[in-house]
Amino acid sequence: MSKTRDITVTVNGEAFAAAVEPRLLLADFLRHTLGLTGTHVGCEHGVCGACTVLLDGDSVRSCLMFAVQADRRSVETVESLGRIGAMNRLQEAFHEHHALQCGFCTPGMLMTTTDLMKKYRLETDDDIRDGLSGNLCRCTGYEHIIKAIRAVVDRKAEDTR
Amino acid sequence: MKPAPFDYIAATSVDMAAAALADGGDDAKIIAGGQSLVPLLNFRLLRPSILIDINRIESLAFISETATDIRVGALTRHYQLETSPVIARHLPVLSCAMTHVAHLAIRNRGTIGGSLAHGDPAAELPMMALLLDAELHIGSVAAARITAARDFFLDALTVDLNAGEIVTEIALPKLPPQTGWGFAEVSRRGGDFALAAAAATLAVAAGAIVEARIALSGIGRTAVRAATAESLLVGHALEPPLVSQAIEAVRAAIGPDTDLHASADYRRHLAGVLTGRALAAAWRRANESAA
Repeated sequence: MSKTRDITVTVNGEAFAAAVEPRLLLADFLRHTLGLTGTHVGCEHGVCGACTVLLDGDSVRSCLMFAVQADRRSVETVESLGRIGAMNRLQEAFHEHHALQCGFCTPGMLMTTTDLMKKYRLETDDDIRDGLSGNLCRCTGYEHIIKAIRAVVDRKAEDTR
Repeated sequence: MKPAPFDYIAATSVDMAAAALADGGDDAKIIAGGQSLVPLLNFRLLRPSILIDINRIESLAFISETATDIRVGALTRHYQLETSPVIARHLPVLSCAMTHVAHLAIRNRGTIGGSLAHGDPAAELPMMALLLDAELHIGSVAAARITAARDFFLDALTVDLNAGEIVTEIALPKLPPQTGWGFAEVSRRGGDFALAAAAATLAVAAGAIVEARIALSGIGRTAVRAATAESLLVGHALEPPLVSQAIEAVRAAIGPDTDLHASADYRRHLAGVLTGRALAAAWRRANESAA
């Protein structure tokens, strides 16, 4: 075990201080140190997208970062979006459109989409497919995920009209 | 699937990073975005004893413009390059190429310097550095140096970077007036590494090509410029027979490998088709900018 480092990371608006080994992945820090198991770990090499979180507002793979690198920075996980009984609009749309079966990929899908909707207009379904190409789902065949996101993007466009 | 233990230094300046790298010797490794490095650490294909983190060196993250060049700091993220108005105005081929780099979460974190230093033969940035005649600025405790992109990529994942050296910045010369561009790529899935990609710029004057550049990726041990095809084009309008000649020259010049994703023959075929598309788009844009 190498020397630990003291870090303070703001996660979902709350500051957490911990002593971590430099090699501790951010994903494992969130899940094991903080108990925030909403962030899922699939491939651990940046391919599946299940562990996607927001770092200072930008989506990143939490398996391709070390917790020590998040020191004095802000992380948002799927737990920040809503809770049972008070889901946000995107989560509601996933529910309504049956955009998940086993749910393993869902946290990554939600966090990726949260960033995509901020940065891209997602005018066509192909834009959505392109945006989600770094997130693997082995159940749905993606169709219902695309529909759910389409519904939220269209409603957002209507609201701002 | 967890990295072996390492010591960690968060550098706050290039001098500090260079000093730590010199002290650490062969066993020290720079980490920037980590989007290629961390998978290698997780698989324990690499086991550096010291990781020197340059993510907090804010002076390395910039995109600026001089009279002749666009300068990009090594810590600039892919997404910043993709969406930079300066890049869109002066080097739109680069803005386009960046949209093909992996996925948003990777583009948010991955860096320009990291991608160039990694030197993946199917990545977009090395190919763009070659197309745009980039110069790489390299720092170390001994001396800073500048090297041309064409001398930098030596082999697959092997670049002209000695122990103790760090890529700090790239300089991209602005393109000549009335230059059109084209970019074409085929990958199995959006954001995957290219099976093959081609990019071209054509500078046109009085209806004829005065400067042609073609760069290819995914078709050999490194990205390459297609010098023979380029020289065929200069002095002429882009007519279909000339495009065919350029395509044949490209196919003759490259030596792609067969791997899990595509055969050498298919990659050679693609390289030609994509070169044709990139040239057609470049010619159309060059003539539109004249109109």
